[in-house]
Amino acid sequence: MTHRGDCPHCWRVIEVNGLTKRYGAKTAVDNLSFTVRSGHVTGFLGPNGAGKTTTMRVILGLDAPTAGTTTVGGAPFRGYRRGLRHAGALLDAQQVHSGRSATTHLWALARSNGIPRRRVDEVLNEVGLTDVAGQRVGGYSLGMKQRLGIATALLGDPPVLVFDEPINGMDPEGVLWVRHLFRRLAAEGRTVFLSSHLMSEMANTADQLVVIGRGRLVAAEPLDSFAARSTRPSVAVRTPHPAQLAALLTSAGAQVEPDGPAGDAQLVVVGLPVERIAELAFDNQVLLHEVTVRAGSLEEAFMRLTADSIEYPAGQPR
Amino acid sequence: MTVYASATLPAESPVHFRDLVAAEWIKLRSQRSTPWTFAFTALVVIGSAVMAARADYANFPSYSPAEQQLHGFSLSDAFPLVGCLTLMVVAASTGAAAIVSEYSSGLIRTTTVAVPARGAVVLAKAVVTAAVWALVGAITSTASFAVSQAILDGRHAAVSISDPGALPALLAATLLAPVCALIGLGLGVLIRHSIATTVTAIVTLVMLPQFFSTQRRLTAEIHHAMVLSAWQRLTQAYGPPQYASSLYTPFIESWIVYAVWPLVALVLALIVVRCRDV
Repeated sequence: MTHRGDCPHCWRVIEVNGLTKRYGAKTAVDNLSFTVRSGHVTGFLGPNGAGKTTTMRVILGLDAPTAGTTTVGGAPFRGYRRGLRHAGALLDAQQVHSGRSATTHLWALARSNGIPRRRVDEVLNEVGLTDVAGQRVGGYSLGMKQRLGIATALLGDPPVLVFDEPINGMDPEGVLWVRHLFRRLAAEGRTVFLSSHLMSEMANTADQLVVIGRGRLVAAEPLDSFAARSTRPSVAVRTPHPAQLAALLTSAGAQVEPDGPAGDAQLVVVGLPVERIAELAFDNQVLLHEVTVRAGSLEEAFMRLTADSIEYPAGQPR
Repeated sequence: MTVYASATLPAESPVHFRDLVAAEWIKLRSQRSTPWTFAFTALVVIGSAVMAARADYANFPSYSPAEQQLHGFSLSDAFPLVGCLTLMVVAASTGAAAIVSEYSSGLIRTTTVAVPARGAVVLAKAVVTAAVWALVGAITSTASFAVSQAILDGRHAAVSISDPGALPALLAATLLAPVCALIGLGLGVLIRHSIATTVTAIVTLVMLPQFFSTQRRLTAEIHHAMVLSAWQRLTQAYGPPQYASSLYTPFIESWIVYAVWPLVALVLALIVVRCRDV
């Protein structure tokens, strides 16, 4: 692997250009463009059905795009005769032959790419499966299969790693381990691209975000700027006179919504600082029982950004 | 920050097709059912030859002097139909399983990321499937021939391998296994569903010939283009064929049938695997 251009830091390792993928009449991905850079953990976010898996499958050369192009390391992935040295992937941990042992599964893959036998033991050790390596994969828990999938991705020691929902089914200890692993892989200069439908998960792992909804790009930026741009701090106010307070705050330019269970007179106020809310209440002699400042959550920002692009919303007639 | 360069592995080695063959061999070998499948097949094929030879051995005194002299049944006893059908069905379904098991488990995606050259994977599977089944075919056909003729030797009605037709028969019985396994593999790539593939393979190989009568020219031509008919023609050739007619095909046509079926199945598989999403 050699550097390209004058600025290896800027090298776009995964590039998606105008990607459209249709399955029959259904458009899974619609004119999607983004780049993923080396040395970062990039989170790929979207609600279920947003087109994350489809995009990853096209990037990895499994599905042919209807329109547009994708490249890995500067070339379409399908053009590589052997793939493991160029990219490692975990798409679905369940997709293994249940009758084989982890060792045999990895050894067959390694052999196909001319990777030496010792590398199988190395990756098994890396993911902590050494003790069960000889057992049939069919007897593994989902968390163990996820670890095997990560071992498979690491087999070729590749510069690019693609993981689809890698944290599903892992226990808390596994989640911590895998976060640490992703950060380390990125710190080594690799490109780590992982999908999730949980913003909270990405907030702890990724430093770059690509957010899609209904196959279209919603945001592609560093996590920090996404947070600064998208999160809205709010103030929760509990009062025995919610109607009066709501009218006051609304006329002062705030957005006010009732919060909590019905009857519990709590309002959530967005768009006014807490000091101003307290002043208005004091000046108008509205009694406040509780005032709480809430930092805007990424999860909320993500929900709001993708709200109009959710494929299967709950609680709505279809 | 630099772009990652592997420190753990040596620089990418040249790409060898034999690496793919070795990988497919590891996959086949690691399947628990593999040795059992081969043992079962060998038992049925050789057992059916033993039973056929013992039946003719027992009935021999009741045959006419001319029949006893010609003993046209001897070569057929080495390769009876029931053994042939078993071999065809098992070889075709395991050939199909080599690829269908990857589709049904989803392993094919991991395989394809590891080796984006999909055609090369199918070819490697074909090489391993053909080689393994050629070996099983050689062992079972040689053993069937040896055991059946040893039994018939007790009536001085054995056929020697140097007798006319014996060697082609042995070769045809050997090659039947890899031919059917490759047809199964090709169908597996095309159909991707395990039960549908197995049923299609059985219908094509075993049932289809029954629909075409050998009594009329057109249907006889189609009948003779079937793998089962080619096998019958090649293994039952010793002595004057009782049903010889103008419709009887020459040997070479039967060998062509043996070659064309797996070839067409593989070529179709290679074309389809290239254009389809995994």
